[in-house]
Amino acid sequence: MTDPILRTRGLSLWYGTHQALKSVSLDMPEHQVTALIGPSGCGKSTFLKTLDRMNELVPNVRVEGEALYRGRSIFDPQVDVTWLRRQVGMVFQKPNPFPMSIYDNIAYGPRTHGVRNREKLDAIVEGALTGAAIWDEVKDRLKKSALSLSGGQQQRICIARALAVRPDVLLMDEATSALDPISTSKIEDLITELKRDYTIVIVTHNMQQATRISDRCAFFLQGELVEHGETTKLFSMPEDKRTEDYITGRFG
Amino acid sequence: MHHTKSLSRASRPWKGLPAELSRQSRPARASRAAVERTVHGLFFLCGCLAVASVLFISVYLVASGLPAMLETGVTAFLFGPVWGGKNGPYGILPFLLTSLAGTAGAMLLGVPVGVLTALFLAKAAPERLAVIIRSAVSLLAGIPSVVYGLVGMVVLVPRVQRLFGLASGACLLAAIAVLSVMILPSIINVAETALRAVPKEYEEASLALGATRMETIFRVSLPAARSGIAAAVVLGVGRAVGEAMAVIMVSGNVANLPGLFTPVRFLTTAIASEMNYASTGSLWRQSLYSIGLVLFLFIMLINVCLNVFIKNRKEV
Repeated sequence: MTDPILRTRGLSLWYGTHQALKSVSLDMPEHQVTALIGPSGCGKSTFLKTLDRMNELVPNVRVEGEALYRGRSIFDPQVDVTWLRRQVGMVFQKPNPFPMSIYDNIAYGPRTHGVRNREKLDAIVEGALTGAAIWDEVKDRLKKSALSLSGGQQQRICIARALAVRPDVLLMDEATSALDPISTSKIEDLITELKRDYTIVIVTHNMQQATRISDRCAFFLQGELVEHGETTKLFSMPEDKRTEDYITGRFG
Repeated sequence: MHHTKSLSRASRPWKGLPAELSRQSRPARASRAAVERTVHGLFFLCGCLAVASVLFISVYLVASGLPAMLETGVTAFLFGPVWGGKNGPYGILPFLLTSLAGTAGAMLLGVPVGVLTALFLAKAAPERLAVIIRSAVSLLAGIPSVVYGLVGMVVLVPRVQRLFGLASGACLLAAIAVLSVMILPSIINVAETALRAVPKEYEEASLALGATRMETIFRVSLPAARSGIAAAVVLGVGRAVGEAMAVIMVSGNVANLPGLFTPVRFLTTAIASEMNYASTGSLWRQSLYSIGLVLFLFIMLINVCLNVFIKNRKEV
């Protein structure tokens, strides 16, 4: 196993007085899909959002412990949060393309980071849309509003938009939970494709999904990381009784 | 029995209601239905009142404004450079251009300040500061226009005169300055509402792509709120075009073609300042009605243009 690209050590987080994460230590290795599972409110989304510091948008949030991206502390005051978020991209639960054309959606990131050259942008847009397996569906209507697409297509546009800034890691927060089964399976296939070039961390409520697409799995309960390891092992021989109860559907 | 009922009513008043309803007699129910219908009719009548007023004003303006325009000739009326008062001729080009220039000037100053204030309030200001600014803005909205005029006359006009070495400080520039402050509240309120309505998800997506807060505000929030902001601009234009009282006090009120430092008269102020002197039935008076018609059409046109503009932008 290669060195983990993202790693947390004793990561705790409070929303006001409520502790949402309790000393979580987890490694997320390169070119693997790590799935975070657990019942609602267990802290898995919070953990994910801490990895690109999107949690900072919530008022009264406080973090303790360490989170490292390629060995660098992401909380280091010298780390530029926009740099971090360019390396660690995010796809949200609800497809949220901007109310702009498909092209402008994908070009948003590169333009923000200073790419002005038209040909370069064209190439990035095509590359990102191809990477998100939606180029063939939209190549004839790049100037059309992204909001005119179906939910599943919109989500792949959002993935393409994240890919367009050439991230290293892709965080996906229940990225398929708002989609129908066919769109979901397309995105699952896509995730399996993407892990060749990216490291992926997904939050999912769907345990079949976790077994289908993830290499490693981490089970959260009430802010605590109960158990983590290879997905096949975690699902076949869970070490902790609570993990077993959860994956066999006894609660959650 | 009676005792229990009054007790339960006193402690849990809502409990009494269903019992009352079930005991209701047939005629009582019928009369309730009648009340229901009457109130419904009343609402409908109130709604009709607004429509009727607009229709009445439109018809009245056309009926009383059209004859003089036709008598002078539409082109001569609209583009005639001389307004002669009592003895004619009646060309309103000076008023028309002044209203255009005055409104454009006020928008040029007021829209950027208003929209940036709205952005600050909706996206950047700490809540306590936002509360202070917002109450200041509502106060600004509540100031009567005659007070704007007064302050403009006493404070602004002499300073404009001194600053630019003019014979009189009452000029288009002073009017523009006063108007641009007057339109701020409507622009700020409407634009802030529009900016607040931008889904948080858009901004999150932008931040997650590594954009800064300012980049997000200017490249995502502002474009996403553009139809609401256009509405704010329309409102501002409407207010600026229609304002008479404050303008009459600071603009010099002379029928000149507009120049920044020239005393000028607007469409509105032309009506306001001459209506009392023009005798009933004279072409002069009728021409003033025609100005009212032009003003009315002017505002309609602005609304239509901006609506078309908003619609086109929506269909990206």
